[in-house]
Amino acid sequence: MSIEAHGIRKKFGSYTALDGVDLNVPQGKLVALLGPSGSGKTTLLRIIAGLEFPDAGSGRVLFHGDDVTDVPAGKRKVGFVFQHYALFRHMTVLDNVAFGLRVRRRKERPSASAISERAHRLLELVQLDGLAGRFPSQLSGGERQRVALARALAVEPKVLLLDEPFGALDARVRKDLRRWLRRFHDEIQLTTIFVTHDQEEALEIADEVVIMNKAHVEQVGTPQQVYDKPASPFVYQFLGNVNVLKAPALAGSVRRARPEEANPDGQIYVRPHDIELRPHDSGSTGLSAIVRHIHAAGPRASLLIEQVQSREHVEVEISRSELADLGLQVNDLVRMRLRQTHSFDEDYAI
Amino acid sequence: MASATLATLSDRPVRSPVRRATTDPAWARWLLTGIALGFLAFFLVLPLVVVFAEAFSKGVPYFLNAVREPDAVSAIKLTLLTVAIVLPANVVFGVAAAWAIAKFKFPGKSLLITLIDLPFAVSPIISGLVYVLVFGAQGWFGPWLIDHNIRVIFAVPGIVLATAFVTFPFVARELIPLMQAQGTDEEYSAVTLGASGWQTFWRVTLPNIKWGLFYGVILCNARAMGEFGAVSVVSGHIRGETNTIPLHVEILYNEYNSVGAFAVASLLALLALGTLVIKSAIEWRQGGTP
Repeated sequence: MSIEAHGIRKKFGSYTALDGVDLNVPQGKLVALLGPSGSGKTTLLRIIAGLEFPDAGSGRVLFHGDDVTDVPAGKRKVGFVFQHYALFRHMTVLDNVAFGLRVRRRKERPSASAISERAHRLLELVQLDGLAGRFPSQLSGGERQRVALARALAVEPKVLLLDEPFGALDARVRKDLRRWLRRFHDEIQLTTIFVTHDQEEALEIADEVVIMNKAHVEQVGTPQQVYDKPASPFVYQFLGNVNVLKAPALAGSVRRARPEEANPDGQIYVRPHDIELRPHDSGSTGLSAIVRHIHAAGPRASLLIEQVQSREHVEVEISRSELADLGLQVNDLVRMRLRQTHSFDEDYAI
Repeated sequence: MASATLATLSDRPVRSPVRRATTDPAWARWLLTGIALGFLAFFLVLPLVVVFAEAFSKGVPYFLNAVREPDAVSAIKLTLLTVAIVLPANVVFGVAAAWAIAKFKFPGKSLLITLIDLPFAVSPIISGLVYVLVFGAQGWFGPWLIDHNIRVIFAVPGIVLATAFVTFPFVARELIPLMQAQGTDEEYSAVTLGASGWQTFWRVTLPNIKWGLFYGVILCNARAMGEFGAVSVVSGHIRGETNTIPLHVEILYNEYNSVGAFAVASLLALLALGTLVIKSAIEWRQGGTP
């Protein structure tokens, strides 16, 4: 089922959480709402779920083209997974999963044995069938997360909404679980929106990323689009590391293939891995810089260099073998060239 | 390496005390513990022992007579009746107030929280007097009540009202922090799963607060049975009619029937002890389950 939201506004007292937000999620996609905390992404998710309502007269929420703005949460057929899972602490895992079926009206309710069978099947789906009799407090974070998912799926939702699904897990589990979620999504093909503040997470598993900032949507696109062609300085800085450099000092080192990017007064955005380092000998071109710090404990080496002319510090990322070839030490001179840069109009300030 | 560490640990002299940064010298520890225990013995245990010793000082038959005498039986019945009305009323009110305060935002919320504490803040005598001024013969509704032949003051309704007022905060006070700590996520998730408000309350909210609620009910019950001041003002001390257990104890004592007074008082003391046993059982139960 596709999800649309048009012109959603939401204020909490004097605080504006959403200021005219539009969203369009096509059927069957896995979409990430990405943004820093306070950007309004969770509020948007809760409005889609029907747990919050947009300010009077401001906007509409459509499911598959039908206006559901005034439909209560329980009737929207959404599966919602809360950040801290919100499992019913006094019920076993099985009872948690069966809850959504047991509260149905008698006419629509399956028989007790059918409910239990369905709950067991869902627990199998999330690979937790052995834990049906446990209580939530006896589970690990990753297990609780999957119970919450199974519980949300029990009511056969048309849409799955996940609020910071991996936020409360440690790094290792987080990585495993997000890949699992991607495979799981490919298996069940349910339109899914998840909220996250972790750009790596969003870029890795989402079909489409919606980047939010200060109650607005900044950019929508596939992970590659938003990473390679950021629409605003905010997006550029939010998605990975970036150096912001003064343009005039770099005029010589920027390739002139796209002259509009060499805005002489503006700032230039360049990612650490888009900077090329060359030995500082007579034959090479590029700006001179001094190596200030080398951090090579990882798959790639990251260097902090200081441009001789402008004294700006620049972060550079190169492979370990490149570093070995260059034979750089702290305080060595080096030349840098920018492979790919980006600039924005000055009035598009962050 | 590990076995070497183990060996050194077990080779240690057994008597060497574990020193901790928070440990005070022995004399300070003994002194503080002694003061606490001494205080406890003098102010709590001793009176309790006296109550039972005095109650049985003329033997078990005398004790039983004092408890079974018609006025005493009537006082016990009245107390039980009062509790039977007050307790359910305060449970309903307490749960409703705690639910509203902990789970919703509304104007006047902090005023409501303050008002709930009012009965704790005012003297019980004033709580009683308020009802006399409102419902008494010279009170606001006095003439109207007399015209319609309804007795509130110096009758059972007054006793129930005064007791309800005094025991008002127990359940709500117990539940508000608990419900606030639990938050609203579980309710929200019940709602997204299609549960109605009523189902959410019975299946999610109530089970989560049941032990806190039980605890509040026990405290409320103990106070309702033992309330003296407010009830004393509105009751009129009519023997066999408007005397509750505490008022009956006072009358017996004023008539120099101290054994009778203590015999009836021992019932209240037993209730208090029972309450404490149940309370610690609940706390143990809560601590035991994860």
